[in-house]
Amino acid sequence: MKILVPVKRVVDYNVKVRVKPDNTGVDLANVKMDINPFCDIAVEEAVRLKEAGVAEEIIVVSIGEAKAEEQIRRAMAIGADRGILITTEEAPSSLGVAKLLNAIVEQEQPGLVILGKQAIDTDNNQTGQMLAALSNLPQGTFANKVEINGDKVNVTREIDGGLQTVGLKLPAIVTTDLRLNEPRYVKLPDIMKAKRKPLDKKTAADFGVELKNSVTTLKVEAPAQREAGIKVGSVAELVDKLKNEAKVLS
Amino acid sequence: MSILVIAEHNNEALSAVTKNVVTAATAIGGDVDVLVAGSNVSGAAEAAAKLAGVAKVLTADAEQYAHQLAEPMGELVSALGANYSHILAAATTTGKNFLPRVAAKLDVEQISEIVSVESADTFRRPIYAGNAIATVQSANAIKVITVRGTAFDACAEGGSASIEAVEAVADLGVSEFVGEELAESDRPELTSAGVVISGGRGMQNGENFDLLYKVADKLGAAVGASRAAVDAGFVPNDMQVGQTGKIVAPELYIAVGISGQIQHLAGMKDSKVIVAINKDEEAPIFQVADYGLVADLFDALPELEQSI
Repeated sequence: MKILVPVKRVVDYNVKVRVKPDNTGVDLANVKMDINPFCDIAVEEAVRLKEAGVAEEIIVVSIGEAKAEEQIRRAMAIGADRGILITTEEAPSSLGVAKLLNAIVEQEQPGLVILGKQAIDTDNNQTGQMLAALSNLPQGTFANKVEINGDKVNVTREIDGGLQTVGLKLPAIVTTDLRLNEPRYVKLPDIMKAKRKPLDKKTAADFGVELKNSVTTLKVEAPAQREAGIKVGSVAELVDKLKNEAKVLS
Repeated sequence: MSILVIAEHNNEALSAVTKNVVTAATAIGGDVDVLVAGSNVSGAAEAAAKLAGVAKVLTADAEQYAHQLAEPMGELVSALGANYSHILAAATTTGKNFLPRVAAKLDVEQISEIVSVESADTFRRPIYAGNAIATVQSANAIKVITVRGTAFDACAEGGSASIEAVEAVADLGVSEFVGEELAESDRPELTSAGVVISGGRGMQNGENFDLLYKVADKLGAAVGASRAAVDAGFVPNDMQVGQTGKIVAPELYIAVGISGQIQHLAGMKDSKVIVAINKDEEAPIFQVADYGLVADLFDALPELEQSI
């Protein structure tokens, strides 16, 4: 089967972002960007399925700014076969991304689409589910384990109380949780090889999808700062403070 | 305005978080209906009918809703929700799973994990692992929203809403429940506990978590963990607190052997009082802790257990 893996370019997860003084957003100028960690896990899973002989081809797609080509190349260095880059003027909403991905699903007819469960910038956790709705396909979100059996896939999901397994008829949409796998490091020779893999550059208009953001960000603020705390010298002092000062212990 | 709240439950009992979502719905204003979709849901439906501020409880009682899988829930809630101005669910793994499916079927955007209601169309929500708070305004005819439970108080009880059955909607027939493994615990639920004590990589192994359990049992606390402790296999993943785990905001949060990475802080920094016990005095957790104790946790935990 063919596997489609959407990846997102986001700020590196180790960067502590700062809110812009005019409260219009966070300051991303000169900040290190990387592949969204959950997307990295999605690419790794697709490559493992190819190595296991389950998948024949992996297509990676990214939507947004032209620089997202870097993240597509990275996925290709891990093992994706070809890429699609859809550039947009503004950052599209999750619904907009899902509509574009649905157009690609119709065109490419993948057996499986593997996405990250959420992007660490917007923290939305929506795109995979929205794509599943638009394409009328079943979804296995927050996947901890993915097992393909013929025309079905069993997805073990991380849920609030533990783990849940669902059986989905293929084609299906899967979103990755942290513990699905450990993404491999990218090797230099593979980075060189990835530069020669085919990449299709498109725009939203090529797919007849009109992007409109019906949710507007009015302002972005820094969260309330906690007041500086104190260091205590002993457990006895700690318990005393909790009982008599903070009054959270009786 | 009319608001549909999707109840979170295990068929027999209503989850506590539903009360927080009803409070968020009441803050928007308008009639609040609650949908209880499941199998043999009379227990959960009766509990929902007693919540103050609820006008009507709708029950969709059918086998296909027993585990609230996203596909049947998506079909049902998008059909029912078309008549409402707002559709709300808790930002739990269940709500996060089916609600975006509903939003896409209604061709509207979803607003995830709100922490406050500014007006009927304007909400605040954290982005970038809680390092920024965005105020967003929706122009969609139907506002589809998940609610961060810890940001809203639980609604009162004492209501007497009517209960009305609704028809099940045809399922797509492409998914099935296979099984589940739920972690057994007698301790309070992590997301609603008044006191949470969490361990990190500093705990060194799973057996040492017994030191935390002993303190937790004395305090009536829930036990959490950092991602490092979960990844190292010390404890199961449903104990993880953080951006990708659970969001907690207890009265007292005790972080033991946790360095305090951004992703962990995202899950607990709204706690009222934070205590950090760590032998590294440079650990970032001390920057958010109200009370910090620089000590070896293997000395401090038994002493803490003795003195409370």
